Amino acid sequence: MKRLVGGRATGILVHTDQPINFLGMINKDTGVIQDASHDLYKRSLRDTILAFPHGIGSSVGAYTIHSLKINNVAPSAMLCGRPDLTVVTGCAVANIPLAILDVSEMKLQNNSKITVDVDAGTITRD
Amino acid sequence: MILTKYEEGALRGEHGDILQMAYRILVATGEATDADRLIPIHWVHLSGVNYNTIGDAGEQFLRSIRHKARVQVRTTLNPAGFDKDTVHEYAITDEFIKKQESIKTSYKMMGVETSFSCIPYDIFDIPTAGTQVSFAESNAAIHANSLDKLKTNKESSFSALASALTGKSPYNEFRGDISPDVTVDVDMPNLTELDWGMLGLFAGRVSEKCVSISGAVPSDRRTCKALCGGMGTSGTCAKFTTDTAPDTEHISFGRQEAKKIHDELNTAETGDTIILGSPQLSLPEIESLIEMLRGRRFTKRCMLFCPRTVKESAAPHIETLERANVHLLADCCACLTPLLSTDDTDGVITNSIKGAYYLQKSNGLDVSLKSLQDIIREYSR
Repeated sequence: MKRLVGGRATGILVHTDQPINFLGMINKDTGVIQDASHDLYKRSLRDTILAFPHGIGSSVGAYTIHSLKINNVAPSAMLCGRPDLTVVTGCAVANIPLAILDVSEMKLQNNSKITVDVDAGTITRD
Repeated sequence: MILTKYEEGALRGEHGDILQMAYRILVATGEATDADRLIPIHWVHLSGVNYNTIGDAGEQFLRSIRHKARVQVRTTLNPAGFDKDTVHEYAITDEFIKKQESIKTSYKMMGVETSFSCIPYDIFDIPTAGTQVSFAESNAAIHANSLDKLKTNKESSFSALASALTGKSPYNEFRGDISPDVTVDVDMPNLTELDWGMLGLFAGRVSEKCVSISGAVPSDRRTCKALCGGMGTSGTCAKFTTDTAPDTEHISFGRQEAKKIHDELNTAETGDTIILGSPQLSLPEIESLIEMLRGRRFTKRCMLFCPRTVKESAAPHIETLERANVHLLADCCACLTPLLSTDDTDGVITNSIKGAYYLQKSNGLDVSLKSLQDIIREYSR
């Protein structure tokens, strides 16, 4: 696990194999995925541990991550397969713990409650 | 990452909370991109300007730092939400105008040039080859790396802002000599700018960092911009080259791949508004449009997005354009525009892949995708 933004969080793991475009795919007021073509369609990301391959699309998505945090509908932590600048800086400013790891492995734990400690580099199932 | 004593101190907050935040962003970005240090950059182009996209969180964030934050290098700005000359013709609330004005004020107070353009490469002088810059606008970053011989990361709004506030950026592979990770073999003749946009979207999906395009060369400003715009929409790829790239995987892009992307983004046969300018158009592109129209008039309203300086330079053509039902909008762009919604339009017709993507995903509009030549053929007389 590579630490990008430090911290610790507990929440329900929401895993997807699809990249996420934070600009456009997510309703920034509700934290719900609004893109019908995404496999997390209608899913709320609020207080979740969001595991996804990487972000895509416009760099303005970083502000959306900041908006999600201000509106209290942001994920509690994010785990990515590879870093992209939109997600990294969005999490850095919004102070959302972020780590890079092989997220495909996490599919098996999908929907279970986990604790991520980015500083210690650990993930535990509650 | 190795930091200097000053940078270490700034990260600990010894030079104030603004610089602490800026260095935190730079270090997180640097760690993420395997950078070994921070280096000076000489031009920053910021995104995060349109109130429609950054919203109250962005407006408040900028307002909260504007009294203390000052940019250290030349810094230019992406488009805002509207053209103040015509904003009252659209369903834009006073609240929106007020918030957009606050965002503009914040950037001005920080020392930013309020250029409101997504095509800095078309309206500003390009620095000497190899100059390190920080461009947050995705199409402009790809254009800078691929066509302008500059070096930039595909920055995010915040990493670019952090670079503006510090004059520094992480030194990672994008700032060195990056080589292609995949080759896209173009297997179709006579590509229109629409095809180039689709090729860009395709290439951005198959390439992580840099793509070699073989079998076709974008020949003019319109096709180059379509390629950069499409590529910036779909992924993390920050550069294309038409040089051959030995030892890379080859992926074919032909009629079949183009049709698949067309089917994905084309949701309607037609629409009631023609959208041109995502990325914004330059003066030569506007003059080329006038030439292509040859005195004909669009049968549907055409909204054309361009920078303020281009609108001013196009002043001698405004009458001709208005007669052709072409309405110039400065300071804003089709991408994430608040000027179009399902309330006032049934659907849009555009030649822009970037525009189509965001008008569909974000504005919820039906999109009819056609090349400029086809748009003129079908919708002018």
